[in-house]
Amino acid sequence: MALLSVQSISVSIGKLNPLDGITFTIDKGEILGLVGESGSGKSLTAMCVMGLLPRIGGAITKGSIVFDGCELIGLPEIEFRRLRGKRIALISQNPMTSLDPIILIGAQIDQVSKLHLGLSAEAAKARSLDLIAQLRIPEPAAIHRAYPHQLSGGMKQRIVIAMALAADPDLIVADEPTTALDVTIQAQIIQIMVELVRDRGLALMLITHDMGVVAQACDRVVVLYSGRVAEMNAIGEIFAEPKHPYTRELIRCIPRLGQEPGSLKGIPGTVPSIIDYPDGCRFNPRCGDARELCRAQVPALERKSSGLAACHFSEV
Amino acid sequence: MNALDASGDNLVQITDLTREFSSGGGFLKPRRTMRAVNNVSLDVPRGKVTGVVGESGCGKSTLARLVLRLLEATKGTVTFDGKDLSTQSQAEMRRLRRRMQMVFQDPYSAIDPRYTIRRALLEPFQVQGEAKSASEAKATVDELISMVGLSPRMMASFPHQLSGGQKQRVGIARALALRPSFLVLDEPTASLDVSIQAQIIDLLESLKEELGLTYLFISHDLSLVRYFCDRVVVMYLGRLVEILPGAGARPRHHYAHALLDSNFEPDPTRRKVVTMLGGEIPSPFAKIPGCAFAARCPAANDLCMRERPPLTDLGNGHMIACHNPMD
Repeated sequence: MALLSVQSISVSIGKLNPLDGITFTIDKGEILGLVGESGSGKSLTAMCVMGLLPRIGGAITKGSIVFDGCELIGLPEIEFRRLRGKRIALISQNPMTSLDPIILIGAQIDQVSKLHLGLSAEAAKARSLDLIAQLRIPEPAAIHRAYPHQLSGGMKQRIVIAMALAADPDLIVADEPTTALDVTIQAQIIQIMVELVRDRGLALMLITHDMGVVAQACDRVVVLYSGRVAEMNAIGEIFAEPKHPYTRELIRCIPRLGQEPGSLKGIPGTVPSIIDYPDGCRFNPRCGDARELCRAQVPALERKSSGLAACHFSEV
Repeated sequence: MNALDASGDNLVQITDLTREFSSGGGFLKPRRTMRAVNNVSLDVPRGKVTGVVGESGCGKSTLARLVLRLLEATKGTVTFDGKDLSTQSQAEMRRLRRRMQMVFQDPYSAIDPRYTIRRALLEPFQVQGEAKSASEAKATVDELISMVGLSPRMMASFPHQLSGGQKQRVGIARALALRPSFLVLDEPTASLDVSIQAQIIDLLESLKEELGLTYLFISHDLSLVRYFCDRVVVMYLGRLVEILPGAGARPRHHYAHALLDSNFEPDPTRRKVVTMLGGEIPSPFAKIPGCAFAARCPAANDLCMRERPPLTDLGNGHMIACHNPMD
């Protein structure tokens, strides 16, 4: 059984319906990539899993989210608190805002294992120092005594990862964890994070817009477009044999080494606005293969030769 | 419009360009000086795309502003088409700016939110003191807007009604309004989604062919720079560390190599083990006598700590500032 199973959830925020039938699963020890452009619903999906949707005035209108046999939709906040941070941890995009600027780094990491694992102050500190060292931060003791503003962005994000690991969670939700960082730092953090997750056999839901990061780190990929799942497949198939035209075009948008000048074209048009989604398949105005059916009927997420895709005309 | 340019292969020549910024200097704080751009020399060949790549704080945007004299240099010169920009009066500079324009990173803040697109596109003519009759104005705006692939219907729209990609197209149209020969593109696609980024790069490529433009393209994205540029310049901590003559050239500076190595290919069969660079980018206020990268470089020795390596030619225009280049 999957560790996390998200079954056709739809979300409403006021009059808007930003998510429509999002479906995917994550197994134990698996790294799942959630990709899509801005407005596709990646972060909102993360908020659903973390049970944070009510905080922004949103609600899940249908579907189910089952984590380790427990239904999360409708779970009382008091029970959700026992999961959040303890069994499901979040790494958010901006390390500058996920750390408290006036509390020592060490105290912030210690607090997680004190609260969730019931460790004593000394044991929590020893655990934090060990985690800091595992994230390959030099001089853990000095960092433990530092304030967030004394650290670079990359170091702060490593601390956030250490905090996420501190309570030994089963699932980590990482929402664009390296987007705010420079490329050399991004590469190092992705590498360290993947190593730690693999060593511990944790499940990771990695949200990103960067297909390079996905190719480097993930086992399976869910491609989102305008609040719906376009395609879900194993990493090799996603890149070698994309089933949805959007996935195919998205991969073509990234320049590769030795690519012919003039061959990078982009996807025509723009991502549709949430207040004006087209009928049928939401990708149809930008799709080169769109036909009448695509404009009239929403394609179901169906099993193809491998994986799932929501396209009327994808071969096989 | 290229007939206006004097002959010569390099439209822009940058020589020993340095820009210092200082901070502090209060009652308790001593004044500190940093060099955002440190002794940079670079030629921008006519009709080509020269790319400048580096991480945040490497001085690439400061360089972009210095080249157009939107910032004054502390030392060194920029010549545009044979004219030394630092000796031009304000009036002369304004005339020259017709031929050199900039496209900014953030299309959201580059256009006045209270201007319609039409007014934003006519602003450059106003600045240059060129009043247009109503019919001329319409023809000009129509032409500009269709040149960048937007619909003339958008003329009456305000920036907030446009998507990020559309706004950046307006930014490009405005930069092209006065028919410049040189564009500085400062991360023009950094705030856009990849599918839109590729559209904008495609547009810039065709405009360059159509109008015979010369580009200085600033970016942090090495794979994009390698695709789009004829020559790639790698900067680190205000200094120029390597110039790659073409997209295929293999970097030999250890930093340029690390930068390339950090770039994940969109191909799961080509995963890589990233070489971990030790340490962090030094503070820009630090006085570094030797190579700026020495503290993090796997091949650094005493000489690297002591002496700044000069930019030397390896042949074919491949330049490198390193005492111990990679094989």
